[in-house]
Amino acid sequence: MLKLEQVSKTFYPNTGNEKRAMDHLDLLVNTGEFVTVIGSNGAGKSTLFNLIAGSILPDSGRILLDNEDITFLPEHKRASRIGRIFQDPMRGTAPSMTVEENLALSYLRGKKHRFGFGISKKEREFFREQLAQLELGLEDRMQTPIGMLSGGQRQAVSLLMCTMVTPKLLLLDEHTAALDPATAEKVLSITKRIVEENHITTLMITHNIRSALELGNRTIMMDDGRILLDFCGAEREKMTVSDLMDRFSKACSKQIDNDRMLLEHQSR
Amino acid sequence: MMSLYSFLSAIELGLIYSLMVLGLFLSYRVLNIPDLTVDGSFTLGAAVAVVMTLSGHPILGLFAAILAGAAAGFLTAFLQTKMKIQPILAGIITMTALYSINLMVMDDKANVPITQQESIYTAFGSLVGKQAQGMVLSLLILILAGAAMVLFLKTPFGLSVRATGDNESMVRSSSINADLTKTAGLMGANACVALSGAMIAHYNCYAEVRMGIGMVVIGLASFIIGEIAVGIFVKRKGVLSGVVAAAVGSILYRLIIAQALELNFSSSSLKLITAIIVALAMSYPAICDSIALFRKKSQAKSGKEKMGGNLSC
Repeated sequence: MLKLEQVSKTFYPNTGNEKRAMDHLDLLVNTGEFVTVIGSNGAGKSTLFNLIAGSILPDSGRILLDNEDITFLPEHKRASRIGRIFQDPMRGTAPSMTVEENLALSYLRGKKHRFGFGISKKEREFFREQLAQLELGLEDRMQTPIGMLSGGQRQAVSLLMCTMVTPKLLLLDEHTAALDPATAEKVLSITKRIVEENHITTLMITHNIRSALELGNRTIMMDDGRILLDFCGAEREKMTVSDLMDRFSKACSKQIDNDRMLLEHQSR
Repeated sequence: MMSLYSFLSAIELGLIYSLMVLGLFLSYRVLNIPDLTVDGSFTLGAAVAVVMTLSGHPILGLFAAILAGAAAGFLTAFLQTKMKIQPILAGIITMTALYSINLMVMDDKANVPITQQESIYTAFGSLVGKQAQGMVLSLLILILAGAAMVLFLKTPFGLSVRATGDNESMVRSSSINADLTKTAGLMGANACVALSGAMIAHYNCYAEVRMGIGMVVIGLASFIIGEIAVGIFVKRKGVLSGVVAAAVGSILYRLIIAQALELNFSSSSLKLITAIIVALAMSYPAICDSIALFRKKSQAKSGKEKMGGNLSC
């Protein structure tokens, strides 16, 4: 269970570039929920992920994971519980190390003792099994430096690395945006399977409204550092892409109208 | 041609300096950090070894040198990771501080000889004979250090050290403390460098406060020469090939310098020769690329002419 209480973050405070990226945000994600996050650029989606993963610290508010306060826990310590995949396929893997070395590294998350030499036969067999499930033929390329693989393959391996030791929370930050449509579809279906099999609590940012509705069981829409819309269950099931677009533009235009009113008011 | 004597002593020196190159392999290649601490920690190792030898503990002195080097590496890593000082600057700060510290260790003398004392080489010489002492002992210690390095980099922790130089954000998101891996790496690297300095002090029978100057550049030149040489035989860059490249490169570098001296270059021009070697070795990949590009271009050109210029657009 992930809980954010009144979390705020302002970038460049007290300067002309001041930007309120997160505005007293409250969010409760129950265990096993798969939430898709949508919103325009600059809405605060990535900031939300950065706050949860610990890449940036909030100005105020609390972040709890399974009732443990992780607000100020260092990034690498949270990483043992939170898996995160970025849009850039290059970010999740170490290019000059082999596929199996990358997997071995991420597999360390589950181990208390980090001793011993090399990769054991048992581990290698396990990695091979896991890679085979991706159906990309990577199980026969375990000795290949991962930098030689394509972006889609690297992203699939990153996904495996994040979930091989089941995390309490999985953050997917537009992880298919840099891939071609066919590969994106493939990576999405792998994502869906892994998340469902392991019942991983997941947050996924996407710009694809269709996959935002197809995947997962709850959708939130962010704007200006706040949650604008939040729906699940029957309401979400009935929702079509055009409905959502309507709701989005309505919500946004209300915002735009407000801005316009403000501007007019100021100019008066 | 080079005399047998200068050939053999070049190889001996190459073997000892390859410990230093091994350290640079760890910091420069594995961790991807340009670590300038080396200039200071090399001398530190020599100073500590000499002082310990003077008090009658030559072998213990080697271990003390290793520890001192590791401490120097720790300081650089601390400045880099916790104080957020740029890697190059952090190294320069430690190096500068070490100059004074080295003088303090050597009791404010710029040059401390140990000609009267029994060095590790003379002690070892009584076992294997005077002729072979330099070669055998240096080789032995190099093999030990090289094996330790390979084994270390194969452990899970070593794996995280390698990944830190490769993709730091991935290391952090694999729940590994990247500050810790950097610190361990820099400590190990400078321990190797200090051991090399200590061995050189024993080999030359003295420590000199300026003996470490330019060591980073020499180390880089050696390693890159080694990489090119090993690259001819082994295509895939791995841990083992890196360690071998460090040893091979160091020996090749000493042979080049010995040859330059044979050709009656004065020893005052050695730094110039070193700089030229480094510049050439470092630009080798770029030179290869531009040659390849030039070839492709001229190929494409001649191809186009054959097609009657139809492909021009």
